[in-house]
Amino acid sequence: MGYERQKDFGTPESTSNEMVTLTIDGREVSVPAGTSVMRAASESGGHIPKLCATDNVKAFGSCRLCLVEIEGARGTPASCTTPVAAGMKVKTQTPRLEKLRKGVMELYISDHPLDCLTCSANNDCELQDEAAAVGLRDVRYGYEGANHLGGAVDGSNPYFSFASDKCIVCSRCVRACDEVQGTFALTVDGRGFASMISAGQTVDDFLTSECVSCGACVQACPTSALMEKSVKEHGKPERSVVTTCAYCGVGCAFRAEMKGEQLIRMVPWKDGKANHGHSCVKGRFAWGYANHKDRITKPMIREKITDPWREVSWEEAIRFSADKIKTIKAEHGPSALGGITSSRCTNEESFLVQKLVRAGFGSNNTDTCARVCHSPTGYGLSTTFGTSAGTQNFDSADHTDVFLVIGANPTDAHPVFGSRIKRRLRKGAKMIVVDPRRIDLVKSPKIEAAHHLPLQPGTNVAVLTSLAHVIVTEGLADEDFIRERCDWDEYQDWARFVSDEKHSPEFLEAVTRVPAQTVREAARLFATGGNGAIYYGLGVTEHSQGSSTVMAIANLAMVTGNIGREGVGVNPLRGQNNVQGACDMGSFPHELSGYRHISDAATRKLFEDDWGVALDPEPGLRIPNMLDAAVDGSFKAIYIQGEDILQSDPDTHHVAAGLAAMDCVIVHDLFLNETANYAHVFLPGSTFLEKAGTFTNAERRIQPVRKVMEPANGYQDWQVTQLLANAIGCDWNYKHASEILAEISRLTPTFAGVTWERVINGDQLQWPVTDKAPNGSPIMHVDGFVRGKGKFVVTEYVPTDEKTGPRFPLLLTTGRILSQYNVGAQTRRTGNQVWHSEDVLEIHPTDAENRGLATGDFARLASRAGETTLRVEVTEKVAPGVVYTTFHHPDTQANVVTTDNSDWATNCPEYKVTAVQVTPSNGPSEWQEEYADLTAMARRIEAMEPAE
Amino acid sequence: MDINKLSRMANQIAANFEANGHDKAVEETRVHIWKYWDPRMKAQIFGDTSQLSPIAKDAIEQLKAEAEAA
Ligand code: SF4
Ligand code: SF4
Ligand code: SF4
Ligand code: FES
Repeated sequence: MGYERQKDFGTPESTSNEMVTLTIDGREVSVPAGTSVMRAASESGGHIPKLCATDNVKAFGSCRLCLVEIEGARGTPASCTTPVAAGMKVKTQTPRLEKLRKGVMELYISDHPLDCLTCSANNDCELQDEAAAVGLRDVRYGYEGANHLGGAVDGSNPYFSFASDKCIVCSRCVRACDEVQGTFALTVDGRGFASMISAGQTVDDFLTSECVSCGACVQACPTSALMEKSVKEHGKPERSVVTTCAYCGVGCAFRAEMKGEQLIRMVPWKDGKANHGHSCVKGRFAWGYANHKDRITKPMIREKITDPWREVSWEEAIRFSADKIKTIKAEHGPSALGGITSSRCTNEESFLVQKLVRAGFGSNNTDTCARVCHSPTGYGLSTTFGTSAGTQNFDSADHTDVFLVIGANPTDAHPVFGSRIKRRLRKGAKMIVVDPRRIDLVKSPKIEAAHHLPLQPGTNVAVLTSLAHVIVTEGLADEDFIRERCDWDEYQDWARFVSDEKHSPEFLEAVTRVPAQTVREAARLFATGGNGAIYYGLGVTEHSQGSSTVMAIANLAMVTGNIGREGVGVNPLRGQNNVQGACDMGSFPHELSGYRHISDAATRKLFEDDWGVALDPEPGLRIPNMLDAAVDGSFKAIYIQGEDILQSDPDTHHVAAGLAAMDCVIVHDLFLNETANYAHVFLPGSTFLEKAGTFTNAERRIQPVRKVMEPANGYQDWQVTQLLANAIGCDWNYKHASEILAEISRLTPTFAGVTWERVINGDQLQWPVTDKAPNGSPIMHVDGFVRGKGKFVVTEYVPTDEKTGPRFPLLLTTGRILSQYNVGAQTRRTGNQVWHSEDVLEIHPTDAENRGLATGDFARLASRAGETTLRVEVTEKVAPGVVYTTFHHPDTQANVVTTDNSDWATNCPEYKVTAVQVTPSNGPSEWQEEYADLTAMARRIEAMEPAE
Repeated sequence: MDINKLSRMANQIAANFEANGHDKAVEETRVHIWKYWDPRMKAQIFGDTSQLSPIAKDAIEQLKAEAEAA
């Protein structure tokens, strides 16, 4: 495929159902009412020259290049700001228009450096194209007068630069930042000829401004004024391939724009149904890790973890691994073996890893890193609704009147969806934020939450039950919905439970620290404010009552009738790109793909017949149980694909002890991660650009991952799993990921209608895709719950065992920030480091003062599990008594401090609540120093013998 | 495996079902552990119920009896 710019219709699509017919240049055209004349012309194959209009922002009408003639209308109106009308007769090309447009263009060009041949936008520049389109051949004005030539270049952003002399002040960038991203970082300074685009205050450059580097302005810019540095360096792309972001669960669709085998830039794809052409800094720019010097591309082995690594051939590494696995199986039985897959991997890879464990190893000891993030979602939503997934598509948010965001920080962790919420808020929707921190959605430019409930970490269930208490006792429950859709007896039991005085906001205020009146007002708003939608994240799941909180959320949605239509619903915001998919694929030890319990003989038989092996009917070990069993001596070997459990899992000391106790740890990853310090085999992995498969985003949308270059390590990840499987006696013969997908569809009812052809075709289906719903299911539980009747579950608030006291008087909660991703293995190896080069501890001014700490000081952070040191930032974002940090950096390893407490139902770790003490410190902890030594030792690679 | 940890897990499960009343809580706890625990975890807790809450203990006793009958 050659390179083509994405089609730009000039103005946004109209969503009206009413059609209008008009005539453009003698041709009859029908478009939805509200469409601009410019878009109508463009949709019917024409083109009206334009500069200030682009189809992801509202028309502005400033450049006057898009003039048209309309029969019966005075003058020459701008087609971008003129809506179509029935019977309208439009002319887009006349001698008068030609003259006018030439005149406009001449003015623009006279103030523009004519270095087209050497400009990075040459042949990809709208100014150049439109100059040609209007037939401008020469410019009457010289460059002698006042002009903007030779203006300064702002190269402060690591990924794009701003050259003011190339700027035509069309303000597309400003409007993209306002309307699409919602950051309001850019302004047009000055007026008329003196106007200039600027980022923030005059002292700011892009880096120091409010800019979050989403790239929307760069994409909107018609010239090379805002331009990716990679294009400047390598030149214009030659082809593009549509693929899916491998970072968060929003699942933005991108065009990987290539030159030969080199990725030039990632540009959000306008037809992507999850992102509609928007992106964040991670997916848009942070892909440089793929070629980072730290990447390991050759397999390595060692007998003991104290030995240096030895580079070997793939054959030798696979043989070495297989021998170990076979020996351990013979000596200790299949239950000593297990595997973990990552939510970063494709569906096909995850499916194969659990197949390797179940059919190859012979155990059910398979798990996924969703264990440590959204396993409570699986438990909670399948118990109450009957299926383990969010109920809506992202577009549903456009119909929401009241958002309830709990334990999630979408503007940082799910930025493209965060922008979407902000846009809806700017149109008048209301927001209730339940979060210990004052996140951006509480207040940022042009938006403000109606209510912020800054609860004490660990009291989610108490807050949700008190919201339910108000709704039920004040008679705000939607009884018609409940009678029709839910189990009425269970509802009554539950209503009695929540109505008890001990669940009133007044009674619980002492526990939650949220003023009772705020809870009452928030409850009333949610119950009576129109379509109410709940969005939640890891601040809900990563608690000792994570599963109860998910069920309490489901209760709240049902009691207010907010399920089964657009604008409402219960929506887990998934951390990593394929959390949904990893869970769907049967990665958990107790169930096969499609959430069917391993004890179910009929489901097992389906797989046994397909795979030709007998399956163990008993559930296997979860990740924390595997580590416990390893310390205990009954679990001996593990295959870990794409996951760094040493850094990401809680209680690092315990994880290290578990790994150290195993006889064979096989790490399959891009980098020598922290877990690899304890590994015997390192199998190099491939990036999302080097393999084929599918990811499923938080809306259950199944999207393609396309191979745009050959894997630097030689194999796609599913091929490596296949090599290992065959070396231990399986007989697999997949030639392409599509064959694995076919097997998934064959064995998983919710995927029945999913085929590789439809995936590649851009169908972007949301499961279930079945005979009943051949085009997928954007919204679930429309005519009834998947389980039949919705189930109200009594969720008693059981306080966590993790309590503050004299030794550990503060509560630590952890989270993520925009520019870094999870353990940071990828983003730390990109330009994103400029925004966040270390984890810092946020602490309230009162707590800081009591400890003599100021911003920038080193502090010792200690819990009963361990201690580390990091710098502090004094801020009122956190409440007194609460401290907050991220876990993106291995030299801090916040998880040294987190404990082994976990969710009662799923063992999802309680990352969000740890009792800690913070004291001044002057350097790294003993553990940090020891760990730095261990890492240096564990990463030694033996010098290669010179070739014969 | 560490019996203290297993006991803590079982008690935590039981505590979250407690509001349903003893009998229902025992049944929910029993089903939960049957569905999610690996056989070696079950075997170990069958061998030592000394740290269990009344609900957890009854649930484990029932599971044990079923396992022995099977
Ligand atoms: S930087 Fe680009 S988009 Fe912004 S005003 Fe200038 S030319 Fe227009
Ligand atoms: S990169 Fe995004 S946030 Fe930054 S100025 Fe451009 S549109 Fe605004
Ligand atoms: S919002 Fe998520 S999926 Fe979209 S570009 Fe950013 S990280 Fe990627
Ligand atoms: S494109 Fe219509 S006025 Fe600029």
